[in-house]
Amino acid sequence: MTELWERTAADLASLVASKQVSAAEVAESCIARTNEVEGDVLSYLTLTPEAARAKAAGVDAAVAAGEPLGPLAGVPMALKDIICTEGIRSTAASKILDTYIPPYSATVAQRLYDAGGVLLGKTNLDEFAMGSSTENSAYQVTRNPWDLSKVPGGSSGGSAAAVAAGQAPFSIGTDTGGSIRQPAALCGVVGLKPTYGLVPRYGLIAFASSLDQAGPITRDVRDAALVLGAIAGLDPKDSTSLPGPVPDYMGALDKGVEGLKIGVVKEISGEGVNPAVQTRFREAVQILEKLGAQVGEVSLPTFGYGIDIYYLIAPAEASSNLARFDGVRYGLRIDGADVENMNRNSRAAGFGPEVKRRIMLGTYSLSSGYYDAYYLKAQKARTLIARDFARAYEQFDLLVSPSAPTTAFGIGEITDPLTMYLSDICTVPSSLAGAAAISVPAGLSADDGLPVGIQFMAKPLDETTMLSAAYAFEQELGLLPKPPLWSPS
Amino acid sequence: MGIGRQQVEHVAKLARLALTEEELNLFEGQLSAILEHAATVTKLDTEGVEPTSHSMPLMNVLRPDVVIPPIGSAAALANAPAEEDGHFRVPRILDDES
Amino acid sequence: MNPTEAPDLVTTIGLEVHVELKTNTKMFCGCPVGFGGEPNSRVCPVCLGHPGTLPTMNEKAVEYTTKIAMALGCDIAPRSVFHRKNYFYPDMPKNYQISQYDLPVGERGSLEVEVDGEFYTVGITRAHLEEDTGKSLHIGGGGRIHDADYSLEDFNRAGTPLVEIVSEPDITSPAVARAYATELRSILEYLGVSDVRMEEGSMRVDANISVAPPGERGKKVEVKNMNSLRSVFRALEYEEKRQREVLRSGGSVTQSTRHWDEKAGRTQELRTKEEAFDYRYFPEPDLVPLEPAVEWLRQLREEQPELPIERAKRYQRDLGLSSYDAGVLRSTKALGDLFEQALAAAKKADAKQVSNWVTNDLMSLLAAVPEGTKNPPLTGSNLAELVDMVAGGDLSKSQAQQVLQKTLETGRRPREIADESGIKQVSDEGALEAAIDAVLAANPDVAERLRSGDNKPFGFLMGEVMKATKGQGNPKVVSGLIRKKIS
Ligand SMILES: [Mg+2]
Ligand SMILES: [Zn+2]
Repeated sequence: MTELWERTAADLASLVASKQVSAAEVAESCIARTNEVEGDVLSYLTLTPEAARAKAAGVDAAVAAGEPLGPLAGVPMALKDIICTEGIRSTAASKILDTYIPPYSATVAQRLYDAGGVLLGKTNLDEFAMGSSTENSAYQVTRNPWDLSKVPGGSSGGSAAAVAAGQAPFSIGTDTGGSIRQPAALCGVVGLKPTYGLVPRYGLIAFASSLDQAGPITRDVRDAALVLGAIAGLDPKDSTSLPGPVPDYMGALDKGVEGLKIGVVKEISGEGVNPAVQTRFREAVQILEKLGAQVGEVSLPTFGYGIDIYYLIAPAEASSNLARFDGVRYGLRIDGADVENMNRNSRAAGFGPEVKRRIMLGTYSLSSGYYDAYYLKAQKARTLIARDFARAYEQFDLLVSPSAPTTAFGIGEITDPLTMYLSDICTVPSSLAGAAAISVPAGLSADDGLPVGIQFMAKPLDETTMLSAAYAFEQELGLLPKPPLWSPS
Repeated sequence: MGIGRQQVEHVAKLARLALTEEELNLFEGQLSAILEHAATVTKLDTEGVEPTSHSMPLMNVLRPDVVIPPIGSAAALANAPAEEDGHFRVPRILDDES
Repeated sequence: MNPTEAPDLVTTIGLEVHVELKTNTKMFCGCPVGFGGEPNSRVCPVCLGHPGTLPTMNEKAVEYTTKIAMALGCDIAPRSVFHRKNYFYPDMPKNYQISQYDLPVGERGSLEVEVDGEFYTVGITRAHLEEDTGKSLHIGGGGRIHDADYSLEDFNRAGTPLVEIVSEPDITSPAVARAYATELRSILEYLGVSDVRMEEGSMRVDANISVAPPGERGKKVEVKNMNSLRSVFRALEYEEKRQREVLRSGGSVTQSTRHWDEKAGRTQELRTKEEAFDYRYFPEPDLVPLEPAVEWLRQLREEQPELPIERAKRYQRDLGLSSYDAGVLRSTKALGDLFEQALAAAKKADAKQVSNWVTNDLMSLLAAVPEGTKNPPLTGSNLAELVDMVAGGDLSKSQAQQVLQKTLETGRRPREIADESGIKQVSDEGALEAAIDAVLAANPDVAERLRSGDNKPFGFLMGEVMKATKGQGNPKVVSGLIRKKIS
């Protein structure tokens, strides 16, 4: 028999709403599953079983009373620990926020609570979302459920691993340059980065404000549509959030790909991508063709500059965003003879090496005499990338590429920051363009048996087309086999 | 486009990071390598190109001037590393910037 | 030789004025704006700079800033943008200030000021919007920052909308600087956008002053902590003199920031500016640009009140008032408004008469009322009624002063007060004649002296008649009748 923890969010929501199971049973199943594998996977930084039980009981009471239910009523979930949750420790996987308990909840968290979601806990990440392997967490290295010696990707590695390991039917990650899509690809799950501004940023501990977006990590495309519908839409607390009605993402799933024009990004389908990944990607493109899509190659000449542009822009914004961690109002304080030394000591002790590196890099590229050459230049180059995308979308409805250049790599395998940065070559360009993108499992690598993802990139705010193509693809390919961890032998 | 040791120290001061000798050395090399790589961007022709600071073309997003009740000083100070008389307490301030 | 009178040195002053806006809420969050109160009581996650929080722009603050920029004759930017100004300071929650940089709300304006009948035009470089910091309280060492043991932070003020108005270095003397600050304060008061209380810090003036031979550029000295218009003048006068003396004695002025010590009456060096601050400005990614609609700007222009200097000129030109009277009437918007309402309602009194009542009698009574000239407790129609009663002979000047006092205290109409307390002036000749006759009869010798051309006892007779009429006799009528009777 299928256990409740194995079911998708959409299934669980309908089981609870139709009184076939109680929210309490669902919560208990996920809590038990979490406890069973957490020692191996290390997805979570904070577990909230008591709060989950209380919330589930509330949902069950609402069901019993016949009250209207939210679309996720009784569905357990995990939130990346960079999302502020009122009364629940939120660390961004940093020692500097080790004891931080937010006095408010992020809009995303609040919307999920309102939709009936049951919070199981807060998941691990690279400190302040800076990384591609979750090895930069100040607390623990999350392991890939497909191979515990491999990284889950990052920075939303804990969120992706929790979903892949059956600990939660869905989780929320954040994506600045690929931090939802790349770990989703490496863990064999679905990860969606919405159009910049579709999902409110209020309450996401900021990394790079002009790029950060929260989005769902799920086991299938239908759940991605379901969760996106619950968190999307204008938020008066976020000036950069987009107005306009939220489309019916679930309702659009069945539109298929027939007749859609899909462009394969030339710059990222060959060189720089592992051959076994390329093989799966080419097969995926063939499936799309078979389903009736018109596939062609498209060149985005600036695509290859993405990483460089990104590493001038994102650390610059981060250096400013992270200035608030100074030991004055919250977080770690290491005393000093005067306030400047207290700031310096607190930040030195509180931030890990990758965070310090990026603060240094960003401070430098904004500093007097370098601003024009680095930050401003990168912002202009960003315009060129956006133009390349706009031109490509004149010809194509969607663009596709591999989601990551490799499958999951070994824990401790990559030590050079520059090499690590290249993990995001596939995902960074669409982030810079503000466009929506989703990673969907495209099979297992013939080399190592680890998951490979295909990335669909849509025009801004065209999540519906993207989801319908991804859904059609997923239906045709079928879901991946479960990772070995799923049913311990 | 290398970054010198002096610049690394200057940047650490601006960023209020107390770095060890080891870290300073490490960052000097790493930042130079990253910036060297990023220098490819400087070769792009951006003549007459407007910089993108927002990927979505929004403007005039304004809020009505209506009070939202504050959280109260107890909640404000709940995370304070040091407090005194309803204030956040900090060590003495040496540089007068304001 | 007095160095301040040295003719071969030129003083150049530029002022940077920060004004807190009188909005309901802070610039980027919904916390109330206020003064005083329990520390850290007007704060929320946003203005405390908690992780994950985002700023949202107060539309009223944008409107007020635009009005200020318009009143200063600035070009209103078709597109303005907020930047982050990055530096660490414990009273600044995010360790960056959201401020405007190269694209402010307004640029290239000017302000006309008058000093001793001379008019000066001071250029306005820019008017931009930003957020205020919190406040540090320094404990130990007599409360001074440099000797303190530690400091305490209160973020109630953090995030208050602040408009920064930067002048061109067009100001040539401390007197013009004071006039500029005074005029600016008056304009802001007229616009109703700020409390402009320098003592409470809702208007703060910093100055750059340099002294140099004509055509040369002097070393800029920044002067801070001038907490009143008077101290703006005194501090700059001190600093001008100090720099002249330094130059006269062959020395050179150091570029520095100096603190005005009001008690000691001198400026003190805070720091010398060796290294420029590196604020690492970049566009605030959490906010989107402002692009004011043409229609909205047109509407704001229509709503703009007449500015004080225009009002004063109109009073002189159209109403024939003196420059002094016009100056008093324009000194606050409320006072000028009151004058105009009274003038419009007056049936008998003319502009000069109404003006006299405002500038003399009312001003002296208002001196005893807190904020009296900003908020006089009197309506235009009540003032008109009173002045008309005087013009019509119903009240004497001194009676009217009593009635005015009561009107201010009670808010009741002057005629009611006069009627109830029986304060009135008798102008009826018949009623007065009897009293005069009786006084003349009782003082035949005095009457005789007058008849023989000795005018000295006239006052005595007037006094006797007023006593006999319980002070209600119209002095003009009484004196006319006495003259008639003795001639
Ligand atoms: Mg300022
Ligand atoms: Zn606030």
